[in-house]
Amino acid sequence: MTVEIRERPFDPWQAVSEYRSTRLASVKCGASAVFVGTMRDFNEGDEVKAMVLEHYPGMTEQQLEDMRSEAVSKHGLEDALVVHRVGTVHPGDDIVLVAAFSVHRKEALAACREMMETLKSTAPFWKKETLAEGERWVERNTPG
Amino acid sequence: MTINVRFFASLRERIGHATLTVQADGIASARDVWKAVSGESPDEEMLVAINKEYAGLDRAVADGDEVAFFPPVTGG
Repeated sequence: MTVEIRERPFDPWQAVSEYRSTRLASVKCGASAVFVGTMRDFNEGDEVKAMVLEHYPGMTEQQLEDMRSEAVSKHGLEDALVVHRVGTVHPGDDIVLVAAFSVHRKEALAACREMMETLKSTAPFWKKETLAEGERWVERNTPG
Repeated sequence: MTINVRFFASLRERIGHATLTVQADGIASARDVWKAVSGESPDEEMLVAINKEYAGLDRAVADGDEVAFFPPVTGG
C-alpha cells in the first residue's frame, strides 16, 4: 500500500525512512521530495484545541490512489507515498504526508507540490474544529 | 428505483442522517435525489459523488446507485 489512511498518530519522517529502506529501490532515486502537513493551534484568529478529520471510506482511498498513480505516470517518478490522518487530532499532530521519489529533483519537487494541491482540492476529507467555545466546520482550504 | 444516499460533514448534520434510502419513481438525476431528501434546491458549492466517483448534479442515477452529497473538501 502506498496510500494509507491512519486512524492513529503517525511519524511521517519514520514512514518515509521505512518506505525508502523497505519498499523503494532507493539506489535509483537521487531525489526525495516530502511535504508534511501539521495541525496548527489557531485558525481564522481563533485558538483551536482539537480537530476531527472525517473521510469517505472507499472514495477517499480511490481518489488518493488515482492522484498518486497519475503523478507517478506524468512525472516519471520511481514511486510516491501518501499518508493521511483521520479521527481526532491535536495541535502539533501531523495530518498528511506526501512524498515523491525520482531520479532527479525536478520531477520529485513538481510532483510533490502537484499531489498536495490535488489532495487539497479533491480528496474527500473534512475538518471540524473544537474551539474554546463550541465547534465549527472548516469551510474551505487556504489557497496553495 | 432505490437509491442509497450518503451525507458527509456539515451536510450530514443539516440532514440529520449519515445515510438514507430513497425509494421513488421519477428520480432521474442526482439533483432529483437531493430534492427528494432535502426538499430544497442544491447549494452551488455542494459536491456530489455517484458510486464513489465525482459527478455533476445532472448526472443520471440508476437503481441501486450510491449517491453522496458533501461540502467542499478540506483535507491536508
